[in-house]
Amino acid sequence: MLSQVVARFEIPYVQVLDENGNVVNPDLVPGLSDDDLRELMKRMVFTRIWDQRAIRLSRQGRLGFYAPVSGQEASMIGSEFATKKEDFLLPGYRDIPQLYFHGYPLHQLFLYSRGHQLGGKVPEGVHCMVPQIIIGAQIVQAAGVGLAFKLRGEKRVAVTYTGDGGTSQGDFYEGMNFAGAMNLPVVFFVQNNQYAISVPRELQTRAQTLAQKAIAAGIPGVQVDGMDVLAVYHVMHEAVERARNGEGPTMIEAVTFRYGPHTMSGDDPTRYRTKDVQEEWEKKDPLIRFRKFLEEKGLWSEAEEQADIEEAKEIVNNALKEADAAEKMTIPGLIDTMFEELTPTLKRQRAEFAGEEAN
Amino acid sequence: MAQMTMIQAITHALDLELARDERVLVFGEDVGKNGGVFRATEGLQQKYGPNRVFDTPLAESGIIGLANGLAIQGFRPVPEIQFFGFVFEAFDQIAGQLARTRYRTGGRYTAPVTIRSPFGGGVHTPEMHADSLEGLFVQTPGIKVVIPSTPYDAKGLLLSAIRDPDPVIFLEHMKLYRSFRQEVPEDDYTIPLGVANVVREGKHVTVIAYGAMVHVALKAAEQWSKEKGLEAEVIDLRTVNPIDIDTIVASIKKTNRAIVVQEAQRSAGAAAEIIAQINENAIYYLEAPVLRATPPDTVYPFGMIEDEWLPTPEYVLATLDKVMSL
Ligand SMILES: Cc1ncc(C[n+]2csc(CCOP(=O)(O)OP(=O)(O)O)c2C)c(N)n1
Ligand SMILES: [Mg+2]
Repeated sequence: MLSQVVARFEIPYVQVLDENGNVVNPDLVPGLSDDDLRELMKRMVFTRIWDQRAIRLSRQGRLGFYAPVSGQEASMIGSEFATKKEDFLLPGYRDIPQLYFHGYPLHQLFLYSRGHQLGGKVPEGVHCMVPQIIIGAQIVQAAGVGLAFKLRGEKRVAVTYTGDGGTSQGDFYEGMNFAGAMNLPVVFFVQNNQYAISVPRELQTRAQTLAQKAIAAGIPGVQVDGMDVLAVYHVMHEAVERARNGEGPTMIEAVTFRYGPHTMSGDDPTRYRTKDVQEEWEKKDPLIRFRKFLEEKGLWSEAEEQADIEEAKEIVNNALKEADAAEKMTIPGLIDTMFEELTPTLKRQRAEFAGEEAN
Repeated sequence: MAQMTMIQAITHALDLELARDERVLVFGEDVGKNGGVFRATEGLQQKYGPNRVFDTPLAESGIIGLANGLAIQGFRPVPEIQFFGFVFEAFDQIAGQLARTRYRTGGRYTAPVTIRSPFGGGVHTPEMHADSLEGLFVQTPGIKVVIPSTPYDAKGLLLSAIRDPDPVIFLEHMKLYRSFRQEVPEDDYTIPLGVANVVREGKHVTVIAYGAMVHVALKAAEQWSKEKGLEAEVIDLRTVNPIDIDTIVASIKKTNRAIVVQEAQRSAGAAAEIIAQINENAIYYLEAPVLRATPPDTVYPFGMIEDEWLPTPEYVLATLDKVMSL
């Protein structure tokens, strides 16, 4: 016996370019300069090249842990492009491209992958946390970073990334709910790439969209075509600026797909998805779509892209050399980073492991 | 100087530190307007405003995650877990996140967070309120664990904890909150973390304890002296991670015998670690094995049998007699 409706919610879906690069939503085309548009393409090309190179290095045993990113370029690049340098990113393990374009040196990202402590030593002036391995843990921390900005009256935004699987964690709701309750400048960016390792999106939740999970926390939730870099930029820009202006957090679900395996540690996607599914998604490819759009505007040429590819390869090669040259870690060195001042117990252990004492 | 209970000493320390360092933030469930369920934060929100002392939504992982984010941004958060039995909800944010922040980032970020939390048996709380879970964090690298046994120590240790550049878990035994008063100076003083306190001198057996068990051990020691004319030296550990093994060894060199009194279940906790370190550092001074006076390895008991389960002075006396007879 329903007597009245007390609340009603809608989840918008945003697309600017269709699969062929045609503008389907002229009102939402971001006001980016030609240079910015070219830059977006260049960054997506870089990301694709980096991914191919990283996968090859990984197969050769020259990288450690690596989670491929191809297919997700628009989500990653478009969202980071809408942030400012002083905004603070709290990424997951797959979000290496965003970190790189936020200023994290590439050779350190290689070191992170290889398992070197220097990989996690965020340089001064780069505003981010190290990639998180525990699914969802960074999401509650993002609320803390947002609260710090709010308390200090800084016009900065905390941006945290997670995946479709991550939205099932309690921390995902806790983070959004804290940010909502305290009206914090935080953007929760979910890359729904359809799988959490092998588990498909439908098995994560009965909810029709992931974006609607924001509703329960009282914050706006938006779904965006995650293969459309202009749409991603548009929704992210709105969310980030809303947050910056004190209007509170937003959750964004970017609908995307990873072409490669979950990680390079033995995942075989043919065990959980068909070739047909993969091919359907490849038709939506973010690079092809945006290339067509740029070409139409006279902002793309084969030669330019070839030059970008060569530049990308060189950057990756140089970073690799720098990573190879990193000083070896030592056990006493690890002990030194446990506390600002070592406890007596650790001092003894340090001496022991430095071979300075028998016991 | 003023006579204070432990809870008053804690409130007083928080007050001093909120006034001294504007990076200090105090928050948790019910800590704002209500001043905490035990009134540990009584009056602090009125005094420092809701930006410094505030209520959070009811989610422990969220509370510690919030603290972690604030800490890497330069604040000194002092979050409260309403009862330490709820720490399991925040286990990753403490052991998986806070305690690793410095290590993970090669020292670029630190987590000067002090987690305050009531715990401890004998007050007939519902399940998951009284458990002694400090042992879990004795095995957690990168975090310190402090357990005061007196109002004076509570203030000095809490000020040290908040000023420490690394994360600290500060556990407040509920039974000690209001059980007695002590002279507590109004001015600023600290007690260094990781330094034990010899609270009773003696030459026959070293008794190592912390938290409420310090008082149980002291009671037993007095009775032992009266009945048997034997003198136990009682060490209040004050910090269980790291353990002040030097003070323990110095005492054992004198007594040649030791027992550990622990409120937590027997296996693999602080007592086990204390005994392992005694083994490494003082075994040739021992004339008998080190014994443990602890409850058995059961889940924390139901309220109606709690007092029987917790170590009593009689149990400690029996353990003293036993270690003397070996
Ligand atoms: C707390 C936790 N549980 C499980 C894992 C193991 N694990 C690593 S990645 C992953 C799937 C994550 O999927 P999703 O959130 O969709 O992100 P994606 O990898 O697709 O980018 C799982 C189960 C983990 N790292 N952390
Ligand atoms: Mg996924």
